[in-house]
Amino acid sequence: MPRRLAPALWGLAALLVLSAALEALVRSEALPKLVVAAPSDTVVAIWHLVAEEGLLGALGATLLTALGAVAAAIVAGLPAGYWLYKHPRFGRAYRNWLGALFAAPLVLVYPVVLVLFGRTYVSTGFMGFIVGVIAVVLYTREGLAAVPLTLVRVGRAFNLTPEQEFWKILLPAGAPMIFTGIRLGTIYALVNIIGVEFLINFGGLGFVVSEAYDKFDIPGMYGAIVFVILVSGGMLWLLKRLQLWLRPA
Amino acid sequence: MTRSDPNAGTLAIRLLTLAGLLALWEALGQTGLVFGEALPPMSAVAAAAFNEFFGVAFYRHLAVTLGEVAGGFVFGVLPGVAVGLVFGARRVLGTAADPYIAALATTPKIVFLPVVMLAVGIGPGSKVALGAISAFFPVVIATVAGMRAIPAVFVRVGRAFNLDAWQMMRMVYLPALAVPLVTGLRLGLGVCIIGVLLGEIKLAKAGLGFLANDYYAQYNFAELYAIVAIIFALAALANAAMSRLVRRAEAHR
Repeated sequence: MPRRLAPALWGLAALLVLSAALEALVRSEALPKLVVAAPSDTVVAIWHLVAEEGLLGALGATLLTALGAVAAAIVAGLPAGYWLYKHPRFGRAYRNWLGALFAAPLVLVYPVVLVLFGRTYVSTGFMGFIVGVIAVVLYTREGLAAVPLTLVRVGRAFNLTPEQEFWKILLPAGAPMIFTGIRLGTIYALVNIIGVEFLINFGGLGFVVSEAYDKFDIPGMYGAIVFVILVSGGMLWLLKRLQLWLRPA
Repeated sequence: MTRSDPNAGTLAIRLLTLAGLLALWEALGQTGLVFGEALPPMSAVAAAAFNEFFGVAFYRHLAVTLGEVAGGFVFGVLPGVAVGLVFGARRVLGTAADPYIAALATTPKIVFLPVVMLAVGIGPGSKVALGAISAFFPVVIATVAGMRAIPAVFVRVGRAFNLDAWQMMRMVYLPALAVPLVTGLRLGLGVCIIGVLLGEIKLAKAGLGFLANDYYAQYNFAELYAIVAIIFALAALANAAMSRLVRRAEAHR
């Protein structure tokens, strides 16, 4: 246990040393206060954002938008991935397209989405949905295609209906890969949602960053950015934990 | 079910799908059934794209964007590789930094735009910086992962031959790193393009992102769709070129 803990402690120590150095640089005005906020001011600003600017409410708005986007991505993506698995000709035809879309800068369609849905939660949610659904479709198809043929044949030997085959064989066997798709989709959705919130000054956490900048509240801006980093890291950790829990080693 | 030529079926499915989608788009656009004015017909968008290609302004904005992407890529990749090599070579350092790198890599880079604008102003420099920040993380992560995947035997052989640090880098690490590094560069270029364009969309006076936002503000939706489509085509082109590079590195191994 101490062996595993040591690097984490080193990392934390380095973070504290770097923060102290930054604090000194800003306090001594070697770094202009109008550009860089002192770490101590940033921490105070986070507290201020929580107490007075509704930071937690913004977090809730962002997370709920992401939750809606990912839920929609699963509801649409799981059947689509299953369909592509069941119809390998279409699976082959669309696989590369999906891969290309997954690598494409989908967030850049946001002006178009804005034209269609306006500055609403539908727009931010939709921006999360489009990246999430592609990840879910792609990984569902691959996960199902990778299910050992033996398992499928056992199911056939027991005369399972297609429905039983899906619930009792394909889904459990493909679950780890499918969850990888959901995990990636969730992270990408969150990134897109916060990014678009910032870009259109609307919604949750991204909006808080944007608003702090517009008000020229430098510590508030840094505080909001640090909070976004914490949320991103926390989400990453949580999803990895969840995946380990789903498939204990 | 003709088993003889599965590729012919694939091509047919793709062409039919494409034709169907374009026809649906055209129909929805012409009738204004679902989105009204917000969805111009495909033909109008194609005409708008055609006009862009024959205008001078487009190329001026394209040049600005390409310059910013190139700058961001260079300023992101160089420190990214350097940091990746150090974190990859020193295990404790790398493990200690891992959670921070991972959290920062997952953070939407666009939220750093305010900091960048305060530091270097709202001009092209801020887009270069945002592109660099975006490109930095995938490159670091790929380099660190590549370093960790190098078989210990290679390193021990190098040490046995008494190679100095530079020779180790040139003869042991870099050849073994080629594939993960090029993969990191591919991902880095992709997010660099996103960073630059989002920066331009948010606040700029030139560039394709600015152009898209300008058309949006003027309700020139066909032109907006055309620019977004052109941006996608360019990004796909860049990705295809980098993928070729990855395949060449893999073949070289």
